[in-house]
Amino acid sequence: MNDVTDTSKIKAEASASAPASNKNDVILEIANISVSFDGFKALNDLSMKFMRNELRCIIGPNGAGKTTMMDCITGKTTPDEGTCTFNNTVDLSKLSEAEIALVGIGRKFQKPTIFESHTVFENLELAMKTDKTVFFSLFAVVDDVMRDRISETLKTVNLSAHADQLAGRLSHGQKQWLEIGMLLMQDPQLLLLDEPVAGMTDDETERTGELFNSLKGKHSLVVVEHDMDFVAQLKSMVTVLDQGSMLCEGEMAAVQSDPRVIEVYLGR
Amino acid sequence: MSNARTPFIVRFFSATGRTGWIAIALFALLTIVAVPVCHLMFQEGDALFISTFYVTLIGKIMCYAIVAVAMDLIWGYAGVLSLAQGLFFALGGYAFGMYLMRSIGLDGVYKSHLPDFMVFLDWKAYPWFWAFTDSFVYSIFLAIAAPGLLAFVFGFFVFRSRVKGVYFAIISQAMLYAFLLLFFMNNTGFGGNNGFTDFKRILGYDITSPEMRATLFALSSATLLFALLFGRYVVTSKYGRILTAIRDAEMRVMFLGYNPLWYKLFIWTVAAIICGIAGALYVPQVGIINPSEMATANSIEIAIWAAIGGRGTLVGPAIGAFVVNLSKSWFTVAFPEYWLYFLGLLFVLVTLLLPQGLVGLYQQLRARSTR
Repeated sequence: MNDVTDTSKIKAEASASAPASNKNDVILEIANISVSFDGFKALNDLSMKFMRNELRCIIGPNGAGKTTMMDCITGKTTPDEGTCTFNNTVDLSKLSEAEIALVGIGRKFQKPTIFESHTVFENLELAMKTDKTVFFSLFAVVDDVMRDRISETLKTVNLSAHADQLAGRLSHGQKQWLEIGMLLMQDPQLLLLDEPVAGMTDDETERTGELFNSLKGKHSLVVVEHDMDFVAQLKSMVTVLDQGSMLCEGEMAAVQSDPRVIEVYLGR
Repeated sequence: MSNARTPFIVRFFSATGRTGWIAIALFALLTIVAVPVCHLMFQEGDALFISTFYVTLIGKIMCYAIVAVAMDLIWGYAGVLSLAQGLFFALGGYAFGMYLMRSIGLDGVYKSHLPDFMVFLDWKAYPWFWAFTDSFVYSIFLAIAAPGLLAFVFGFFVFRSRVKGVYFAIISQAMLYAFLLLFFMNNTGFGGNNGFTDFKRILGYDITSPEMRATLFALSSATLLFALLFGRYVVTSKYGRILTAIRDAEMRVMFLGYNPLWYKLFIWTVAAIICGIAGALYVPQVGIINPSEMATANSIEIAIWAAIGGRGTLVGPAIGAFVVNLSKSWFTVAFPEYWLYFLGLLFVLVTLLLPQGLVGLYQQLRARSTR
């Protein structure tokens, strides 16, 4: 009897879509990845671990390799060396962008990327976690359960009043929120957010911080940001990248007083 | 609003709105009932008589309109500018043309069971790819399968390599040109330069009889209307929304878990099949198919119909096909040398002044009058 439950537990943990069972398990491990573009080393033997349901901020000066790291995780760039492993079992380098999204990794781009000629509602509809094959899409119908989920997400990202508006007509900050809402509709295990508050007003930035804090514990979040006040608001572990490698890691206050960090930010 | 329990057939037909259905009913009444009746029941000289010239001309333009609808699916909605739609049209035409050639029987110039051009080349038997083309049903199947298969294979490799925009347009044109050269050669087995002509009958009936002309005319109209209904369902489905999303932000679609390859490949293959069917309807009406249908200019003209009518509206490109081809038939009689200049001018003016085409202009005027 015990044997049976043990093996099924192992199987459940090994499966890519395993729910969060253990608080201390690793959701994503980056091991020794290097990427170079025409001789320029964007990432240099970078290794990192992200824990399940953790919120992690990544900061670093321009060209530190933050976006390239996200590109490697999401399949947009294939690293020259090293591996990215999701949920301890899935080797991401073997999957396409779409397959990586389906195993449970959502990504927000630096520049808000939404479907401008669709309504806000439709943007969320297309993002919803469901069968993504052509055949299914040809016959799909939006039912009440989906409608409820969409209106819930609309509330979360403060866009309920704009549901039927074309997404292209939204303000910059609202577009950022819509994209975050699309990620939530995907219901990913891991969310990668590249500069989510760029171009937002102070008020919007603060509300975004509250939203992320409320997602802590439900999803794993990785936030790349330049805005130090925003990073401080998130009260999370901070990783500093510089020239494609990790410089240091720790609490925001400790990181800010680290002389090496001060040097790369102010010394040049 | 339909829900998951609404039968598919109801959802399919309710994708087209009330105005659309009224327009379809009127068009069907005119082309499936009125024109055939006027052509068959009245004689030369009667006020209501519609001559063979007009039946053939409008029937031909309806085939072009079907192609324009297919062009809109792939260009207007998926954002893939194809300059090879004329190839799929011609392949459908050649496929059905093979049946028409074999139906000539022993009535050819050389009184042989082989088509005249094969006798001329001193061939003794049909090449392997002519097998079964004496069957009407098989040739219809071929008119669908040949363009569909070619589009699927070509599309698979090109979309998988993520070739887009102007590069896609150039590669599609290169494929078109390669086929043009291939079909020009006599020993390819498709009649070379002259193609297929001198057709005698379909299923035993005289191909030039008024009844046959009226039938082909009504069939072309029904196919056009079905293409519009089908297109409307596709573009209003979730699939259609994903297609336009790919057009606007392909990267985002990919990172939501959709594989754009299959989404583009489906509509690209379907558009090719629609063009093939249009070609099969076109050939018996005009009585000839030759490689000039694969000329690069023809495929560019298809894009012009879509742009003039209004991309991304389905009905717009069909209207564009009518407007351009009707003016062409008048212009080439009145000022034969200036037609291409006029077409070029029309394209430039529409692009500059009416970026949404004629349908866009109509929508703007209506919005202004209701304000």
